[in-house]
Amino acid sequence: MRYGLQSGTRTRFFLWSVELVAMVICTVFFLVPFYFIIVNSFKTSSEAAQFSMSWPKEFRMIENFVEVFTVRDHMLLLAYYNSTIITLFSILILIFVCSLTGFVMQRRRGKGPLVIQFLILAGLMVPPAIVPTIWVLDSLGLFKTMPGIILVMAALNIPFTTILYSGFISTIPREIDEAAVIDGCGSWRLYFHIIFPLLKPIHSTVIILSSVLVFNDFVHPLYFFPGAENVTVQLTLYNFMSMYRTEWNLLFANVLLVTIPPMILFLFFNRKIVDGMMAGSIKG
Amino acid sequence: MRIHLKRNRLWTRCLVLLMAIVITACGSGGGAGGDSANGSGAGLETGSSDSADEPVTLTLLIDNQTAMSGIEAVVKEIEKRFNIVTQFELRPGGSEGDNIVKTRLATGEMTDILFYNSGALFKALNPKEYFVDLTDEPFAENIDDSFKEVVSVDGRLYGIPASTASAGGWLYNKKIYEELGLSVPETWDQLIDNLKQVEAAGKIAVAGSFGDTWTSQIVLLADYYNVHSELPEFAEQFTNNKAKFADTSLALRGFEKIAEVYQPSFVNEDIAVATYEDALRMLAEGQVAHYPMLTSALPTLEETFPDRIDDIGYFGQPGDDPNNHGLTLWMPAGFYLNKESEHIKAGLKWMEFFASEEGMSIFMENMTPDGPVMIKGMELPDQVYGAVKEMMPYIQGGKASPALEFLSPLKGPNLEQITVEIGLGMLTPEEGAARYDLDVENHARQLGLEGW
Amino acid sequence: MSKNVKSVYSYTLLIPAAIVYVTFFIVPTVFSFFFSLTRWTLIEWEFIGLENFIRFLKEPQLFIGFKNTLIFTVVTCVLKVIFGVMLAVLLTMNIKTKHFLRSVIFFPTLISFVAVGITFKVLMHPTSGWINQMLGLLGISGPNWLGSPRIAIYSVALVDVWKGVGFATVILIAGIMSIPKHYYEALEIDGGNRWNAFWHITLPLTRPAINIILTLSMIYGMRTFDLVWTMTGGGPGFSSDVIASIIYKQYQAGFYGLSTAGNVLLFLAVMLIVFPFYKFLTRKEVSV
Repeated sequence: MRYGLQSGTRTRFFLWSVELVAMVICTVFFLVPFYFIIVNSFKTSSEAAQFSMSWPKEFRMIENFVEVFTVRDHMLLLAYYNSTIITLFSILILIFVCSLTGFVMQRRRGKGPLVIQFLILAGLMVPPAIVPTIWVLDSLGLFKTMPGIILVMAALNIPFTTILYSGFISTIPREIDEAAVIDGCGSWRLYFHIIFPLLKPIHSTVIILSSVLVFNDFVHPLYFFPGAENVTVQLTLYNFMSMYRTEWNLLFANVLLVTIPPMILFLFFNRKIVDGMMAGSIKG
Repeated sequence: MRIHLKRNRLWTRCLVLLMAIVITACGSGGGAGGDSANGSGAGLETGSSDSADEPVTLTLLIDNQTAMSGIEAVVKEIEKRFNIVTQFELRPGGSEGDNIVKTRLATGEMTDILFYNSGALFKALNPKEYFVDLTDEPFAENIDDSFKEVVSVDGRLYGIPASTASAGGWLYNKKIYEELGLSVPETWDQLIDNLKQVEAAGKIAVAGSFGDTWTSQIVLLADYYNVHSELPEFAEQFTNNKAKFADTSLALRGFEKIAEVYQPSFVNEDIAVATYEDALRMLAEGQVAHYPMLTSALPTLEETFPDRIDDIGYFGQPGDDPNNHGLTLWMPAGFYLNKESEHIKAGLKWMEFFASEEGMSIFMENMTPDGPVMIKGMELPDQVYGAVKEMMPYIQGGKASPALEFLSPLKGPNLEQITVEIGLGMLTPEEGAARYDLDVENHARQLGLEGW
Repeated sequence: MSKNVKSVYSYTLLIPAAIVYVTFFIVPTVFSFFFSLTRWTLIEWEFIGLENFIRFLKEPQLFIGFKNTLIFTVVTCVLKVIFGVMLAVLLTMNIKTKHFLRSVIFFPTLISFVAVGITFKVLMHPTSGWINQMLGLLGISGPNWLGSPRIAIYSVALVDVWKGVGFATVILIAGIMSIPKHYYEALEIDGGNRWNAFWHITLPLTRPAINIILTLSMIYGMRTFDLVWTMTGGGPGFSSDVIASIIYKQYQAGFYGLSTAGNVLLFLAVMLIVFPFYKFLTRKEVSV
């Protein structure tokens, strides 16, 4: 691609050296903290407390992970279940409502889109009001329920997700809509039939970015989804941290375990994001 | 554009319908998840009958930084005797936890029993709104009067002691004291002198752990005996906006003492980020000689360093008069019973047992006490920490006073940040005191106290 | 465009979003704005006019909070854009490991703030932390990253850049890849070099992407809370407090009316800064 088109030896050497330097710097900079987490999650409690990068003297990976899973009545499993459900359904809602909003916002002219844009930006800027939100949830009978937390997580992520969609929709040529309208499409049909399928690439991006935000959220589930049975994965981390103050090995093992689901998701969708970006340049 | 555009409108409607189904599925699917998650909890709770024979489940909200072995032992006994199961719900500690407690109270989502601080923090909860009045319960008589005071509002009692009391002051390493031939200081000047000698011997004189900010206030708060013994009316005047830290020289001393002990030459290098745990380790391992702390640190110390616990001693924070060397007491947290609970009868039974001599003995068998018992007529068992033995003469000699936060409902929320800044030399004690007075004013106004 | 086409973008399409957003965000927010005018204990409230706003503006640490918020915002915005552009250019070059590197850079985005906070607190410890031990090997005595009042906020900002640069890079890669290839081909024919290509094609044409990053990190930076809270708690003392952490501490203290007033003020401040900035950015975007 691009400048790689010319393939002189000098260019190749240049690229090769840039790549080498980039590899080394990026690996050290971005991966060392991971290595640190991983290596310490394998150690004994006292060895992990020294916070060194060295390879474990005594390898306790399995014991540590078993302990993290079984502690407090397999709390982690319940947390995985809860967090997965919350993430899954709030992402479904987000994909549906935000692509619609992004679509109207991009296509309409005049005051309407400006108002939407304002509400969206405002949503990014205003921190959520905890107690009034609980009142609303309570009056709808949704407080401490899955649907309640799902809807709140969706509402809180609407602004960010809508921005992603509206940016992408701006690259879809209007001519497509016009052709559809001439063929007799109504609003919903145009959207579901024509636009929605074209959004596939950005769906991948949204799925990754928004699920990471929802899955990794610690504070909001704590307020809107309280109760012994309603633990989420970030909460396990937190409980753990003070319950086993000194047991850094278990804490790091827990960090590792709660980071794995987003990573799997990422590995799964990673290529799709890149594919999606290529598709984004349909106008070219 | 290879999409077929000419289809009938029915198709569109189907799609819309489909999306609608997706949405409702989100709702119901989520609902199912919620139900099944709640299901296991509901299974334990059979009916709302409070008869002793049928099992009752009480929920109990507690922070995750409290050592639970004592409470758990009593709870097990309660389950055996009365068929009352206690289900713990953990919350974060510190002010983050305070917030959760307040939010849950305000939204009517409190557990049956709440474990929470006594004193200023408890009184800020507006207890008569939320908790069962225990004044006329027979077991109220068992409770020590000094504790009753800190869990009562307008003369009505709302709580029972959840543990034993503890003291604020100085934990010290006895081995270092022996090695350097030091003796327990009886005046502030003697203490500073000891610090200098430790420093001269090449050891760290004082452990500071400002990574856990709350630990930075102890020097100020533990100085309250020295204020109280000379100005007993300070707490009341402070509450009524008639006395301030900045212009009461005796109270200001507490702030000055922070600056005096946390001098760079006395403290550990990483004071700004060291944690409570780090400081306890340094003290137990003999790297530092002193740690201004509450005796409630002793169980934690025992857990982590069982073979060093006897090296740790305690003395109250001295004032200027060697004949008036006393200690400042911290009242234990309390258990409070939710007014809205469906199991008030079972809850009262639970409390009655916990606050009985029998209950407290089971508690102390499983958790070595770190200070005086709050149940009338009970003595400490023989098996106590050395540091606690050192504490008893002060109490028996009547040289003890509760900390200010148990005598006044006012405590500025930023105190720990202010004391950190003084300890690190970022603020002078005078500036810090003035800043704290402002902070207290904020608090008083938010509470809507009279005279502010 | 014909009227027919315009009406096809019917506002009824907004109904699903509106239901969720209005019910669970806008209604509670409007509620809370009202409570900023009251002394509020969550159970009862008393109308006290603008007193909360005055009190909030009188908070002694507000100035530090404001300064730190600005420092944090500027440092993270600038560094995310600079590193993001560098990495995006690199990762759109014809190098073999680009997919691997993209994943590596994006990884930190996947970890939660709590976990990042825990890890970096340990790595940044002044004596036993890995960072200072490495610097020590190079003969540099590293600073007390989180314990020194002067640099704590910068340390937190750097960690935020570490965590957020992957996201910026992804957006920029998308921006660069959507530049039509023939632009570069034309420049190549004209004899332009790599640098010309970057300066005259890549940079101007990725402007929309840069603007998105700037706007998002600016809003995020001004509201920043999570990382500051998990790493320093605003400390030592008040030295790394940001506006959001001051508000949060008031909320924790039970000063609900006061903290709501702080939220309203923060919202207004963000709006007053971000909207003109956004307008300014997008106007330039058009003129390119």
